[in-house]
Amino acid sequence: MQITVNINGASETRDVEPRRLLVDFIRSDAGLTGTHIGCDTSSCGACTVLLDGRPVKSCTVLAVQADGSEVKTVEGLAEGGELHPVQAAFKQHHGLQCGFCTPGMMLVGSALLEDNPDPTDEEVRWAISGNICRCTGYMNIVTAIQAAGGEGS
Amino acid sequence: MYPSAFDYSAPGSLEEALATLAELGDEGRVLAGGQSLIPMMKLRLASPGHLVDINGVSELAHISESNGHLAVGALARHADVASSEAVSRHNHTVASAAPWVSDPLVRNRGTLCGSVAHCDPEGDWNSVMLAVGASVVARSSSGERVIPITDFVVDFFTNSLNPGEMVTEVRIPAYGGPAGGAYLKLERKVGDYATVGVATHLVLDASGNVAEAGLGLTAVYGHNLKVTEAEEMMAGQTPGPELFAEAAAIAARACDPDDNVRGPAEYKRAVVAEYTRRGFAQALTLARGEG
Repeated sequence: MQITVNINGASETRDVEPRRLLVDFIRSDAGLTGTHIGCDTSSCGACTVLLDGRPVKSCTVLAVQADGSEVKTVEGLAEGGELHPVQAAFKQHHGLQCGFCTPGMMLVGSALLEDNPDPTDEEVRWAISGNICRCTGYMNIVTAIQAAGGEGS
Repeated sequence: MYPSAFDYSAPGSLEEALATLAELGDEGRVLAGGQSLIPMMKLRLASPGHLVDINGVSELAHISESNGHLAVGALARHADVASSEAVSRHNHTVASAAPWVSDPLVRNRGTLCGSVAHCDPEGDWNSVMLAVGASVVARSSSGERVIPITDFVVDFFTNSLNPGEMVTEVRIPAYGGPAGGAYLKLERKVGDYATVGVATHLVLDASGNVAEAGLGLTAVYGHNLKVTEAEEMMAGQTPGPELFAEAAAIAARACDPDDNVRGPAEYKRAVVAEYTRRGFAQALTLARGEG
């Protein structure tokens, strides 16, 4: 069936099978490979995108379910050549090592800061608790998200 | 991983959804949050012929207090339940369970009603619903049934819906007196299934004795287990550590956990007993307004 999804402000119209997963629509049809596939079983959060502003695991959403919706991926965070405050803070505070979980972590962080610009350590940890990082031990991810909130407010 | 091929409809109203389900009969399966169904389809544990996606049926997104109960609609996400003031005013057990369901991203998508209908013995919500005495509203093109949760949960991944029927709402009765409750969950990590989950519910009468007790267990039996024997034993009694210890002993006997990766059966039984004691103690504190 034909669907149209607005990804990072651009309309993507494609014919897809109902079983097409949103993550593959984003990566293979729209060509945006910043969204990663990790566990493929909705455990790890590597495939996190914002669906109408809410973080979701795109390996567990059908592309047809996003018809008419707005999706934001990591490629949509920077605006006008300027890094999003969360991206700048991840760079500044070394919030990543291998980078595999990073798109998901930054999207969750940005969504958290929209609702709560000055989150506590515990609030950040709660927000990212569905996203797994196997490198950093989370310390710098939490610091980066808090720092981004501080810069934004 | 990919599901096997299926047909897909996205009705824009409840009426249209029910008409589609009536036409499809056994082939039709409702897709709400999809956080259990889609993984099961990807693992090929489920292969429905036709998905009826109700995400466009916005009339089902309600969480409302009416006619002596709290109604949670089929499109209310776990995150909506967790942040709902109506829920926190209405029922302590439901409010305390909501933040423990899976992880924040899954809670943004998954629904309470979907989890109830799924009847996974490791799912949290049916223990809560069994403890608080909820009922399930099932609609079909030919009418509506209100099903007590004890009749709705039949067995392992099995509910009592007929073909063509869907859950539109779960109803949680209002407290009939000073009351409290809790959901205590042991999990290895956020997003994992419960190692053990215990839902407690306590309503006091005018003299401070137990008017109503509810106890539901997660992940320690072939389905979510209502410990009726403990509930009946507690009725009319004076609440306190002795009574709760007796209920805990009954719960530990009633469950039948497996030895598995989440721990040996003996350990889980011990956790059931301890969480039953702690849960009722928390419920009593809340009921007495000391919380």
